[in-house]
Order: sequence, then structure tokens, then C-alpha cells
Amino acid sequence: MQDRIKYWKGIEELENTPEFQKHAHNEFPEFLPINDTTKEGAAGVNNKRRDFLKLLGFSVAAVSLASCEAPVRKAIPYLNKPVDVEPGVANWYATTFYSHGDYNSILVKTREGRPIKIEPNPMSNLTPMGTSPRAQASVLGVYDNNRLRAPYIGGKESDWETVDREIVSRLNSVNGKVAFVSSTIISPSTKKLINEFGSRFGNFEHVVYDPSSSSALLAANGGVVPGYDFSKANIIVGVNADFLGTWIAPTPFAKQYIQTRKVSSDKPEMSRHYQFETRLSLTGANADVRVPIKPSEEAAFVAALYAAISGGSATLPASIDKKNFDAAVKDLRANRGKALVVSGSNDTAVQTLITAINQALGAEGTTIDTASPFLVKQGNDAQMLRLIEEMNAGSVGAIFFYDANPAYDHPLAERVVAGLKKVGLKISFSERLDETAALVDFVTPDNNYLESWNDFEAKKGYLSLAQPVLNPIFTTRQAQDSMLLWSGSNTSFYEYIRNNWREIATGDFNEFWEQTVHDGVLNGRTLSTGNTTAANSLTAASAASAISSRRAAATTGDAVEAVIYEKVQIGPGTAGAANNPWLQEMGDPISKATWGNYVAMPRKMAEEREIVQGDMIKVTFANNKSIELPALVQPGQAQGTVSIAMGYGHELESMPVAQGLGANAFPIVSVVDNNLLYSNTVTLTKTDATNPIAQLQTHHTIMDRLVVQENTLAKYKENPKDVTEYIRIATHDGPAKPATISLWDDYEYKDHHWGMVIDLNSCIGCGACTVSCHIENNVPVVGKAEVLNRRDMHWLRIDRYYSAVEHEEKDYETMEDPAENPSVIFQPMLCQHCNHAPCETVCPVAATMHSSEGINQMAYNRCVGTRYCANNCPYKVRRFNWFAYFENDKFANVNYMMNSDLGRMVLNPDVTVRARGVMEKCSFCVQRVQLGKLEAKREKRRPKDGEIVTACAQSCPTDAIIFGDMLDPESRISQVLVKEQGERAFHVLEEINTQPNVTYLTKIRNLA
Amino acid sequence: MISCITKIKHKDFLAFLFALLLSFSAFAQGASETAEVATRGVEPGATEGASADGAAADPAVLDAGEALFKNNCASCHSAGSDVVVGPGLQGVTQRRSTSWLQSWIKNSQALIQSGDAQAVAIYNEYDKQAMPSFAAFSDDEVNSILAFIESGQGVAQAPAAGPPGAEAGENVGTNAIGAVGGYLDIVLVVLIIVLIVLVVVLLLISSLLKNYLNKNNQLDEYDNEIVNQRFDLSKVYKSKAVRTLVVLIFVVVLIDLSIDKVMGIGIQQGYQPTQPIAFSHRLHAGEHQINCNYCHTTVYKSKSASIPSANICMNCHSQIQKESPEIQKIYRAIERNEPIQWVRIHNLPDLAYFNHSQHTQVGNIECQTCHGPIQEMDVVYQYSPLTMGWCIDCHRETPLNTEGNEYYDNLVKLHEASSKGAFTVASNGGTECSKCHY
Repeated sequence: MQDRIKYWKGIEELENTPEFQKHAHNEFPEFLPINDTTKEGAAGVNNKRRDFLKLLGFSVAAVSLASCEAPVRKAIPYLNKPVDVEPGVANWYATTFYSHGDYNSILVKTREGRPIKIEPNPMSNLTPMGTSPRAQASVLGVYDNNRLRAPYIGGKESDWETVDREIVSRLNSVNGKVAFVSSTIISPSTKKLINEFGSRFGNFEHVVYDPSSSSALLAANGGVVPGYDFSKANIIVGVNADFLGTWIAPTPFAKQYIQTRKVSSDKPEMSRHYQFETRLSLTGANADVRVPIKPSEEAAFVAALYAAISGGSATLPASIDKKNFDAAVKDLRANRGKALVVSGSNDTAVQTLITAINQALGAEGTTIDTASPFLVKQGNDAQMLRLIEEMNAGSVGAIFFYDANPAYDHPLAERVVAGLKKVGLKISFSERLDETAALVDFVTPDNNYLESWNDFEAKKGYLSLAQPVLNPIFTTRQAQDSMLLWSGSNTSFYEYIRNNWREIATGDFNEFWEQTVHDGVLNGRTLSTGNTTAANSLTAASAASAISSRRAAATTGDAVEAVIYEKVQIGPGTAGAANNPWLQEMGDPISKATWGNYVAMPRKMAEEREIVQGDMIKVTFANNKSIELPALVQPGQAQGTVSIAMGYGHELESMPVAQGLGANAFPIVSVVDNNLLYSNTVTLTKTDATNPIAQLQTHHTIMDRLVVQENTLAKYKENPKDVTEYIRIATHDGPAKPATISLWDDYEYKDHHWGMVIDLNSCIGCGACTVSCHIENNVPVVGKAEVLNRRDMHWLRIDRYYSAVEHEEKDYETMEDPAENPSVIFQPMLCQHCNHAPCETVCPVAATMHSSEGINQMAYNRCVGTRYCANNCPYKVRRFNWFAYFENDKFANVNYMMNSDLGRMVLNPDVTVRARGVMEKCSFCVQRVQLGKLEAKREKRRPKDGEIVTACAQSCPTDAIIFGDMLDPESRISQVLVKEQGERAFHVLEEINTQPNVTYLTKIRNLA
Repeated sequence: MISCITKIKHKDFLAFLFALLLSFSAFAQGASETAEVATRGVEPGATEGASADGAAADPAVLDAGEALFKNNCASCHSAGSDVVVGPGLQGVTQRRSTSWLQSWIKNSQALIQSGDAQAVAIYNEYDKQAMPSFAAFSDDEVNSILAFIESGQGVAQAPAAGPPGAEAGENVGTNAIGAVGGYLDIVLVVLIIVLIVLVVVLLLISSLLKNYLNKNNQLDEYDNEIVNQRFDLSKVYKSKAVRTLVVLIFVVVLIDLSIDKVMGIGIQQGYQPTQPIAFSHRLHAGEHQINCNYCHTTVYKSKSASIPSANICMNCHSQIQKESPEIQKIYRAIERNEPIQWVRIHNLPDLAYFNHSQHTQVGNIECQTCHGPIQEMDVVYQYSPLTMGWCIDCHRETPLNTEGNEYYDNLVKLHEASSKGAFTVASNGGTECSKCHY
């Protein structure tokens, strides 16, 4: 008999502090301010009633006045209607999103020429199912008011003619080296163009660096990222590699990974995933076995693993769990040819050993596709470091920055800034005045990617195209076009790409081109040309001996090890992500923290140093530099370490959303042997200040109820009917299903009965669905202050539960700290569309009621805001509009998509923007349901299964959410439900007999 | 607020006097107009059902082709050899292959963009004037048009020209109403002056008589009291009955006004703004019987019916009525590259979702059902109240158009099994909130 698993949402619930209890029982914190009364003082309070009456009188008068004459509204048609644009009908264009490794082949939904939503491109072989959160949110970038509207010369606005003239004349007289600095470019045509552009200068170098570098991985694998294929692996071992969240190509990896993780009673087989890591990453949260290791032990650990696999000798550091290490080694050895080891380290010796381990395991040609490596990381740390020295030495005559911001995201940013002063001609293609662009002579703003032509090859043999979905909004010009123009060419970049693609075309080129632009992808052909990274000189043996000769980093006194990592939502902090309110408000998958970074530390460290969450910590690192950040107690964080996210601490006005959030962690990154190491030794000092961290989800308590369910693969194989706990109610006839006893009559569904199945085994918790839901349904973003007030508006949230097996014997000596390394389980939580909905019966104005298709509908204009429904909702999925989030200066920055004319372009025209004082919640994307039905009716047929999908289901990269008509016996959802009934299918809180239309499938863990 | 009420009062008062004094019945006409609406229509589907296959000489095919040609092509093309807007089509079937014609007619722009040499040549020859695409035509329908052209039946007919005097009819209605309004004002002012004069004269007479009687001193005590009676205002003021009455009237008027205003918020039934261009639906949809779908191109496929873009006007008006000052406004808009800013008449609130195609294509509802006798309107006005009650009433009463629609097949069976009533929109969930509000 397995011990009962105890779940908790955060440390405060585990400890059950008095403050937590107080909050948990107070869903609507009335004591919190609705007005900014802080400035008024006590005197203001007395006048409140009179002010209220005055306001009341005024508003009555205003309303009556306004009602006398309706404003004249205009209907403005096209002057010349484009052939393929029909007002009111959406058009879809295939294109590609790529930003710092995050590659997604996408479809862009446009209405009347405005892009409003991003969905996966089902024709892609790499990302057919879902998108990353960043790809979802990137649609807002094109409507960002802080993009440059014209080129800049010396910080002043200018025009293209002047800029072109001056740049061309100054390029002709450039002295010294010409450097073109970019992050990884995966566009074959752009790379070719850059080389051609540079060929006319005597001394030209294209310097590629990545803020989150994989330089060592490239060096150990001949300049490319090995073509990992997680779908072929039975045993996966990850060492500090967050491959589901941020490492290399998370969206394609998630798709591969999940293929080995889906189970059914027909196929009760799944891969086993070991993760050895410092911070609790998204990937670690999904692992079957997770072992915390310190960054300083990583090299020794990998050496030990190499020794164990290849038969050498190396000892495992004592602090690492030997039992799980041995289990991993045993599994790896037993699964030669079906095993894969990956590491996120940027230490060449470590990566050399990892390559050797994979070779020893026979991974090459099986779990590593040697013919088709990934190309999404190409940065070379040494090259960039050398350039910085050259700049400071004054030997660089001209420098270009394309998709690169080293004055912010390079650890030696200070040296970059100093070096830039010695460069004669500095040109940036940045879309806004970012940290680097603010220091250059010319800013020639690039188009947004939705306004550009481009091509991509994320993996060798997997080509894709980007096409513009709208004309440039501002007077910007695509960087490639600028380069072509400056090199005296008359062709546009569009023609350039076409010419480049002619060599791989088959048949009539125009036909081939039209088809490829339509599909967005082309498989089986390649345009990539070699790589620039020098080959690795290290052998596995020399790497192993190099590691063994290293001394362990001496951590003395207050010093602790710090890891710098990428957050799933913000990545390396490019403006496109950092200045995006949707991403800032999206909770971190693990900590659920929004709006800023923090120092995540284990509970033991916090207790020892008497730090409580929200205390400001001064983090001092090399050269006595320091940053200050609030502390966050993070279960699962390796002992003696802290982790800090990169991508925050933007101070410029060109990124008003990100401005002043958190601190910049890039300077902590250390430079060792010409590689950037994302760990360092730091000193923590507690300061007197505090700064609360805005976390989602920790607001409620689950009161020890059965909300999520999980079991082991062994048990599932034994008896699939025994993995899910079904609660039965005692009746005089014996135990009965709760649904059999009911006060209410059941609904009769004739036409459709919409339902959703969420497979907890497939959900990796990435959060793409939450962003997708925000965008599709015009859900407002409320900002840090309001998240702290527990007034976030997410219709769909991913609840993250920590758990540990509760020990029966209360022996405190032997009982491990449940927060030290808990298991994690994710549960997407949205309106359950209950058939016996508790919210419907308590609404005094019948603003929420059941539809004949099983949807719990919400009529905003009938709602008077009593909030009874939210009080009565057992799932806590209803959200109250405390403010008008549109046209409200208070939310002008954090919710700019409802507060500026440009931002409003992104709103979904089919969904109401809710007013203040009404409830809202998940509608099962009723606008999509209605549209899908209408299309079927227009074509005089029944809707096809899969035609109508909710935004969350569509954007899920692991196909964890299935939406469909439960009345259609042929539909996927019906078949899954029939199959899983009595096995893994369960309803949350079944005992209260709400009979939800959302069904969950029990998570299965393949424990060692 | 006060100014608002006085404005209403002023208007109401004028209207009241107008009705009273001149006994002018304005409402009778309105009622008769409404009655006609349902019976007459422009019949959007008139050309449908013209299926043609087999031999070209089949008279049914030719008829269908003729109908299609006249409705869709004749405004720009003659069946002879003369150029109207586009080329004359005589012998076109010999000049071009049928498959080329098929793809050209269905989407000429696509053909041009694909780089087809013939298509590009003809496009350039006619000053890059795009031919509207007729993607909805089936192959058979296009063939029937081609058969009609080939038969030469249409050669003798001159392309339809706009009837003379079309301009003269413009704005007649509005001018007449304006003139009547001015006349009424004068009559009222004169009347008021006459009344004031009358009151003054009467007062003068009474005071003269009183003075005369007092001078004569022939009155007894009783008469004296009557003649020199003093009107005591305070008595009236203090009278309970009067006070109650005044308060009651005041309250009733106030309640009536406020209910009226509250109910009427956002209701703009009858709203008839002046448009920037005096476009007449009576002329286009009424007299010339142009299909609604010809200009409102998305009415069968989109949520919005769409206001026609200027290039649609130019399909005909590049040839017809070019000199008219109103048409010149379209030319100016195109020259200046500024779209025409029509005044929006039907303003559904943002919170309500309405989809035209659901009603026109699926429900097969006539445009006139909601938009009124549009074919008789010189200036369009809002015919229906567009209130939720109005929508719901219709959803409750209207039977679903289920015939031949596979979507409803099973539903109809289920409905017939469980109920004897009509299978209305409401009985299929058509009155649920999230059918229109989301």
C-alpha cells in the first residue's frame, strides 16, 4: 500500500502559517485598496460618503446627457478591397517565429489585415502541435508603441535618405576591422547575405554570440547541436539541461519527449527520465527521478557517469544521491541504443564527456540523428570575447548589431560599452533604442518579424519561410534590405531569398514557391552551409583528466554557488519578450512568480540565514559588484546554492513594461577558458528592505482534498483499473458514485456536448496554453501590484503542486524534509463547465447559466458583480474585474494592448472587452465553437472532429488537452473517455457532485 | 439634463400642436409601408438553381446563361464586340480556351499574379482595372454564360444604361419634410401672436367694463362683490386638491419621461443620418434590381455584410453617370486615396455578436426582414429597433431553416419525437446567452 501523498502549493501551505490561513479563507480581500488612498491620509476617509453621493449624482447626470444623442459612428470601407481580404473573415498565413533558440513554425491569424493570434503550423515536422509561450505572445510585438518609427542618427530622429547617404559614405572610408555582431542566425539567406555584404571590406568578421550560450556543446560536437531525438529514447538523463523549457529547441523537444511519455492500458510503456540539476527546472519537474546537484559538482558527476558507462574510474561526489545515480547507470547500460544523455553545461570538458557517453551508449544514429543536427545555437563565446578585446584595443573600425544587445546581455557588458567608444562607426538594426542601440551612431530599425520575408533552417533538412502578414506599421526597413541597399544592390531581400531557393526548387519555380509560401515549411532539403565553430581539440580522456585535476571551488563564509538561468517566459530578456505584458504576467512554471526575478534559495538556507520570502538580498559577486533582489524560498533547489534568472533589470524607457523589474543577472555569469559559465560564487547579505514577490496560485488552499492524482507505472502495468482513486458516497445500498445521488435533474443534450480531457501525464506545465487563452479571450493583464492583491485575471492557470510521500511513523530523525526535493505535478485548471454547477444556482440575476451544449455561459452585461458565483465555485476559476482595465491610465503600461490605439489592434474582435464590476471566466472558447458550427451549417454538414478546438488545446505542444463533442461517438474525446473510464479518467472533487465536463487523466510516474 | 428635457418638450409640444391644429395624420402612412415589406423583396437567390450541362444549344442552358450574364457581366461587358468597361465578349470562346476562361472568371487576380501572359496582357490593356472575381460560380454556370455568349443572342442588346432622371429623384423626400417643417414654424408663431393679442384684447375689454360699472355706482352690494371680486391666488395655492393634483401630474410626467429615456438608451430606430454621398438604395436595389450581394459582398459568408469599397462602385460607374456630382465624390475619394466615410446606421453594441451569414446563408432570411423596405429607401434608416427583445422574439417565432441541411437532420428527428411544436431557433438553444454574448 502506497503512503498517502501530501500535496501543497507552496511553502506557506506546507507550513500552514497563520497568515496563509487568514488569506486562504478570504477569497476577495475587501480590505485591499481600490482607490489610491495612500496619498489622501485620514482626512480623506471622512469625506468618502459625500464624495460618493457627488459622484453618484454626477454620473446619473452624465449618463442622461450622454443618452440624449448617440455619437455619430462611421463605417469606413476599403477604397480598393484586396481580393483575399473579406471583412469579418479571418485569414491565416504560414510563417516562422524564431528568437534565441525558440523556433516555432506558425500560422498567423489575421482579421482585416491585422495579426491577432498565433497558432502552430500543422504541416511542420518540428512543431506541428503547439507553440512556446514566447511564440504565442510575439504577436503583440508588432503593435509595440516603443518600437522606433524612423531611423536615428546620434540619438536624433532622421529619415532614411539621410541615413543611407551617410552610412554609405562612411562605410566607404572605414578604417580597420568591420564586425557584424549577431545572435544565432538560422536563416541561410541572411547568413549568405551577411557574408556577401562583408566581402567588400578587407577585414570582415561575422561574430555570433548567444546570451544563453551553448558554445561548449557546439565545440564538443563539431560546431552543431546534435540532432537529439527524445522520442527514440527509453532512458533520458538530463544534467542541468532544461530541454522542455529553454534549452536549445524546447518546442520540438517537448513534442519528441511526450511521444515516449503518453501511456494507455494498451501500451503501458513509457520512458524513464532522470534529471540531475541545481535549480528545479521545468524539465526537472517532469522527471521521474530528480536529484539536486551543485554546479561545482557537475563536472565530477559527469566524469563519474562517463567512468561508470565506459568502465573507467572516477568517484561520485559524496553529496550526490548514490542510489539514484546507480539506478541511472544501470538503466543506461541496459538500454544501449535507446538512451540519451544531455547536459546544459557550457564547460567544454563536460560536453566532451557527454558526447563520449552518448557514443558509448550507441546513441548516434538512434537517439541522435547524426544526419540532421539542430542549428538553433551557433554562438561562439571565444569569438565574441576576442571582439570585445579588439574593440577596446581600438582595432575595430565599424560594427553592426543585428538581433544582438551585448551592452545588456553579455557578462562583460561594461567592457562592451567601453569598447564601443573606440569604434568609429556603430550601426544597430535594433527595433528600439535598447541598451546597445542607445550607444550607437545609427539605428536603422528592422521590421518586426511579422512584417518581413525570411527563411529558416532550425534543423538540417527542415526549412521554413517567414512571410509578411502586414505592411510595416512604422517607417522601418528590414535589416537585410538595408544591407542590400548599402552594398549597392537593387534587389529586394524577397528576390534574394527566391534566388537562393531556386537551387533547391523542383519543377516550375513559381509553383514551387507559391506552394512553399503557402505551407510555410519544406522538408528534406537543406540550404545550410557548414559552420564557423572550430573543432574540438579535447578528447574524452583528456577531458576526464582535466576535470579530475580541478580543485573544488572553495566556498568560504557566506559564499554560496549561484546559477544564472533562462526563464521559460522571458528567455534571455530580449525586448520582444521582456516588454510583453502577457509574458511578464504569465507565472513562472515552477515558482509561479510574475513580474521580476528573485534569488531562489532552498528552505534550509533561508532558515539558517533567517531570511523570509520577500526580503531583499544583496548578491555580491566578482570585483565587489552587487545586485539586490528579493528572496524566494524554492523547494527542490540544491543545498548551498541559489538561482537567479537572466533577462530582467532593463532600465531604459524604450521598454516601459520591463523597466525597473528585477535586476540584471548577466554580470554574475563568469568567463572561464573563453567560455561563459552560467554559475559563479556569490555572497548573500540580507538587507533591511523588503520587496514582495507577486506569485500566482498560492492564494487558495486545497484543504487536503483529492485534487490531483498520480500513480506509478509499475502499478499501472499491474492493474490499470487500480491507479485512480474514485470517491464513493455511503448510501443505504452501500457505496455509490456521487453522481447517482442528486438533487438536480440532468440536462439533456441533443446537438453537442462539449467536453475536455486533460492528460496530466502529457502536461509539462510550460504555460503556452495560459498565454494563448489570454490572447484569444482579451483577458486583461493587471500588473504586479494587482497580482499581489490576488486579482490576477487568468482564465486558465496551471496549478503546480509539490508533493512528498507522507511517512507513517513520526520519527523526526529519519523523516526527510518534504520541501528539500519534492515531486512536482502540474494541473491546468479552468472552468470545469459543471453539469451541476454551484455557481449557476447562486447567481441572483441569472447571469451565469447552462447552455444546451454543456457550456457554463457567462453573460457579462447581466452580471451585477455580487461575486456569489466565485464564492461558490469549488475550483476557484472565476475572475472579477475590479477595475476597468481598458482606457485606464493606471494600466497604461502593463495592459497596453487595451490602452493605446495601436495596442488595441491585437484584441480579438469576436470577444467582448469586459467592463469593471463583472465576473468572467473560461467560456470553452465559445466564439470558436459558434464559428465552427456556423461553418458546418453553411456547408450543410456536421462539424468534423478536430475542427473546433479551444485556444489552449490548439497551442499545447504536447497535445495534453483534447477538446471535442462528447455526443459524437467517433470523436477523439469520446473514444478516450470510453477507454479511460475506470482507469485514469477522473473528475476533480468528484465527491461534491458537480459533474464537470472537464475530465483529467491520472499522471503516471515511471519511478526507478 | 434640463436642457435635454426642454428640448424634448419643445419638440413634443410642436408635434402636439401640429397634429391638433392641422389634423395631419403622419402615422397612417408609416403603417402601410410596414405592411408591404414582407411581401416584396430583392430576392438574393434569384440566379441560383440555374444549373446547366450538356449541349450548348439547350435553351435552358442559354436562359440560365443569359440570366447570369445580365446580372453579373452586362454592367461591364457587352456580348457583342464593343467595349463597355471590359472588352466585348463576342467570339471570346474562340479566342481563349475554356479552362483559361474558367480560371479568369473565378479569380482573375490570381491568374494575373500567377504570371499568365494572356492574363497580364489583357489586364494591362484595360488600364489595370481588376475584374471582380466570381469564385462562387460553378463550372457549369460559367459554361452556361459562355454558351450564351457563343449563341450570339445578346449581341443586339445594348448594355444597360442608367435611366434618365435618376438624379432628379434624389433627396426629394428630405426636402419635402424640410419645407413642411419651416411652414409649420411660421404658422405656429402667427398663431401664438394671435392668441396673445386675443388675451390682451379680452383683458382690456373686461377692465373697461369694470371701470364703467364702478363709475355708474348703480350696483347693489351683491353685484359690487362680483364685479370687484379679487382673485385670491393664495387660496388656490393652499388648496389641498390642487396641490395633490400638481404633484401627481409632476410625478407621472417625470416617471413617464424617465422610463421613456431609460428604455430608449441606445435605441435608434428610425435613425436616418445624411450620408456623405447621396446613394439611393431605391434606385440601385429597387429600380435596377441589383442583387444585394453584388455590393455587400460578404453578406453570405461573413459576420459583417460589408460596406462596398469604392472599386465596386467603379465596376459600373466608371462608365455610367460619370458626370453626376455624387459620383464625382467617389472619383475624388479614389484620387485622394481617402476612403469614403459613411455614417454607420446600424450600431449593435459591442457586447452583442451578430453574424450575417448565419441569418442569410443558413437561415435564408430576406434582407428586408430586418432592414425593412430597403429597395424603397432613398436614404437608408434603421428599420428595426435592434433591441434584444426584438431579436429574441424573432428567435422564438421563426422556424429553423433545416431543409437540405445535414447539420440539422438528426436534430429535426429528435425534435419531432419529443415535441409537436415548430422547430424554432429557440427550441434549438437560440435564446441562450452565449449564442450572442461572448
